[in-house]
Amino acid sequence: MTDKTVSLPEERRHGSFIKNNLRNYGMLMSLIAIMLFFQVMTGGTLLQPLNLTNLVLQNSYIVIMALGMLLVIVTGHIDLSVGSVAGFVGAVAAVLMVTYKVDYTLAFIACLVLGAAIGAAQGYWVAYFKIPSFIVTLAGMLVFKGLALAVLQGQSLGPFPPTFQKLSSGFIPELLPEAGTLHPTSMLIGAVLALGLVYASARGRAREQLHGIEVEPYAFFLGKSIVLACAVLYATYLIATYRGLPNVLVIMSALIALYGFVTRRTVIGRQIYAVGGNAKAASLSGIKTERLTFLTFVNMGALAALAGLVFAARLNTATPKAGLGFELDVIAACFIGGASAYGGVGRVGGAVVGAMIMGVMNNGMSILGIGIDYQQVIKGLVLLGAVCIDVYNQRR
Amino acid sequence: MTAMLEMRNVSKSFSGVQALRDVNFSVHAGQIHALVGENGAGKSTLMKVLSGVYPAGSYEGTIVFEGEERRFRDINDSEALGIIIIHQELALIPLMSIAENIFLSHPPSKLGVIDRDEVYRRTRELLAQVGLKESPDTLITDLGVGKQQLVEIAKALSKRVRMLILDEPTASLNEADSAALLERLMTFREQGIGSILISHKLNEVARVADHITVLRDGRTVDGIDCRSEPVEEDRIIRSMVNRDLAHRFPERRAKIGEPVLGVENWSVYHPIHPDRQVIKNVNFGVKRGEVVGIAGLMGAGRTEFAMSLFGRSWGTNVSGSIRLEGHEIVLPSVAAAIDAGLAYVTEDRKQLGLILADDVRKNITLASLDQVAPRRVIDDIAELKVASDYRSRMRIRCSDVYQETGQLSGGNQQKVVLSKWLMTDPKVLILDEPTRGIDVGAKYEIYCIINELAEAGRGVVVISSEMPELLGICDRICVMNDGAFVGEFPGTEATQEKIMRAIMRNDRNFGSGTPVAAEMGGSQP
Repeated sequence: MTDKTVSLPEERRHGSFIKNNLRNYGMLMSLIAIMLFFQVMTGGTLLQPLNLTNLVLQNSYIVIMALGMLLVIVTGHIDLSVGSVAGFVGAVAAVLMVTYKVDYTLAFIACLVLGAAIGAAQGYWVAYFKIPSFIVTLAGMLVFKGLALAVLQGQSLGPFPPTFQKLSSGFIPELLPEAGTLHPTSMLIGAVLALGLVYASARGRAREQLHGIEVEPYAFFLGKSIVLACAVLYATYLIATYRGLPNVLVIMSALIALYGFVTRRTVIGRQIYAVGGNAKAASLSGIKTERLTFLTFVNMGALAALAGLVFAARLNTATPKAGLGFELDVIAACFIGGASAYGGVGRVGGAVVGAMIMGVMNNGMSILGIGIDYQQVIKGLVLLGAVCIDVYNQRR
Repeated sequence: MTAMLEMRNVSKSFSGVQALRDVNFSVHAGQIHALVGENGAGKSTLMKVLSGVYPAGSYEGTIVFEGEERRFRDINDSEALGIIIIHQELALIPLMSIAENIFLSHPPSKLGVIDRDEVYRRTRELLAQVGLKESPDTLITDLGVGKQQLVEIAKALSKRVRMLILDEPTASLNEADSAALLERLMTFREQGIGSILISHKLNEVARVADHITVLRDGRTVDGIDCRSEPVEEDRIIRSMVNRDLAHRFPERRAKIGEPVLGVENWSVYHPIHPDRQVIKNVNFGVKRGEVVGIAGLMGAGRTEFAMSLFGRSWGTNVSGSIRLEGHEIVLPSVAAAIDAGLAYVTEDRKQLGLILADDVRKNITLASLDQVAPRRVIDDIAELKVASDYRSRMRIRCSDVYQETGQLSGGNQQKVVLSKWLMTDPKVLILDEPTRGIDVGAKYEIYCIINELAEAGRGVVVISSEMPELLGICDRICVMNDGAFVGEFPGTEATQEKIMRAIMRNDRNFGSGTPVAAEMGGSQP
């Protein structure tokens, strides 16, 4: 061990670099493999524009909740109540908009606040009274499942105002003249996004080089950028040839970007990871561990509410069964994405990829006509397998 | 007298790194054989070879025990022959009783039903042998570390013991408990049990060992027969580090300025037993550029005093006044204490100091993220530069600042913790057992850092259970006992005897005090 950085031969550096990064990209590779598998098995149905759009719509609420769940898991806790909370908020939204004819914007905001308040109520016990989150949120799961039934009096309630439905079933407005089936506005946004991503990573790399920091090899960087840009462009192209970008995809992408930024680059994000990594050390470093834990639950509540609204808007009705079992998919997504059950470890990108793996499998297996019974068996095995591989990798 | 154990030409390597080279090591029945060396010298590896943790075939060389060549496949094989190893990290189950722990793996039973009378009878016998008066029903968590160590030994004695291996048994014990434990070793010697003692504390080694073997870089470099030749600590240290440590402590030229921290009438109560006053209306002060030591036995209240000062992070009903640079201040939280210019380096760096799964960089900046995060967004390049800067300044040996702190050696981990607190630019640093479990070379570096801090005009408080260390680095030593200061000596006048006498004279219930450190582990948020 020396203090100076030893410059290795170029080739060896490439080798070690790829090896070090394989773990980060391992789940992404798995997702691609799973997608290719179903693409072949379904005879190309999986990536048809219609199906891809449906895939996004079907999984948006799981992804949205996975963002909040990731933070909860990183602090070393768990939230089992998210499915019930989403269902309950959807029910309240229906009562407000359908029964009481409240303006949809107002109802929307009220529902988000309600979700945050529910999160705060649960987070209070977890953070300040040190009651295990498993127990608090198990209680919450029962309470809000019951309240959803009570609010709806056991009946389904709908339909929602058309504008509210647009939250889930709407697409971004077309501003440019259409060219055949292609929606140019959506395509343009996709192109700008792809360019923006490549530009941002190129700038980051140049900035690191300027400060004499060792960067990834150029060939690797170039390859990564090309693959990334092509993937974004191709996905947008597929979606643009159907009905354009769904509104919910825009919301979801914005949230992913926001949470990715918060976890990687902000003080509060860093502190959340520190609390999960070693709460005692964090609190002796001046971090307000209790308040952070509390806030992650508030955040989770608000996102569960948003997911509940998206789901209700998609079904165009609130049912007492809405949200049933969502928590399992959401938690599975985080763990498949590499979050640690002991806290302190987990990435937003991982949770999103994890949610997509679950989504693609649900969708692909349904197209193949595999019964709901064996679908669950296979999903369970994939979850166990993914976590085993991760644990094995960390031991090496 | 033939040797009970002989290890001949033992070599062992891990993926290219040679951990042991041709080590010859032998222990006689009824001998206390001390094994010393810096961290990473190969002591633990050698013991793992002996106890079968590394099975026969994974190393070269032969092990002869009681006249026969042995090839242990795992730790059960060596235990069956009576080779019992007691690890540094105690392997007791906290919420089980002493009796349950001792007979965890092989309780005396009839037809599969545990014979409780027999368990209790034998536990009492074993506890008497190790000199513990506790009831067999006492939970481990209610015992102090010293007594837990003795329970470990009682557990070893419940099996057929021929050879006892103790890995740093006194690392977390105070003087009295250490003495009691070493006393036990002497009685085992009379019973013909061979003991191997791994220790960093050379004064203890000199006191009890019959033979001392020094390991360095996986080789035996020195052997001292304590019966025929005098034990010179300097010779041992020289062999260990292969450099002449004429001065185990760096030279110190103190330039002491005006008072920087003053504490008056400070009183703290126990968080679980609120009627128990742990710190009893004490006064304390540090000047600029001064290194003040706090000596005392474990449980004297030193850590509790420091933590209560540091934003009331220990205890309830904290009262008293703090003056920092002449201004009276109130520190209701850790964040407030850090802002005011106080830093507290915890005694347990793994549990309380570091986030082991995070890299060096994140650990260094954790307490002062604002410095690298304008508008609460972290500037990763500024952060990297700060971390790299501390890495070279503190000579932290790591592959780069992205290395996990869990992978570093104890000394380097401690330097990471020190970097974290230096980055907060404190006026007063409180270092709690700053060199615990660190090898001789790294200790010297830590002492140098302490000197530099004082020279830069900071006030430094060092809490340590190693008296030679306090005598070597402090300008003034305060002695704490039972929650109060019972003596104070200028560094030049203090001696170990004076300090011990101050403690003993004031200790009314010496040896039976409740171990506060053990309680702390359970009660901290």
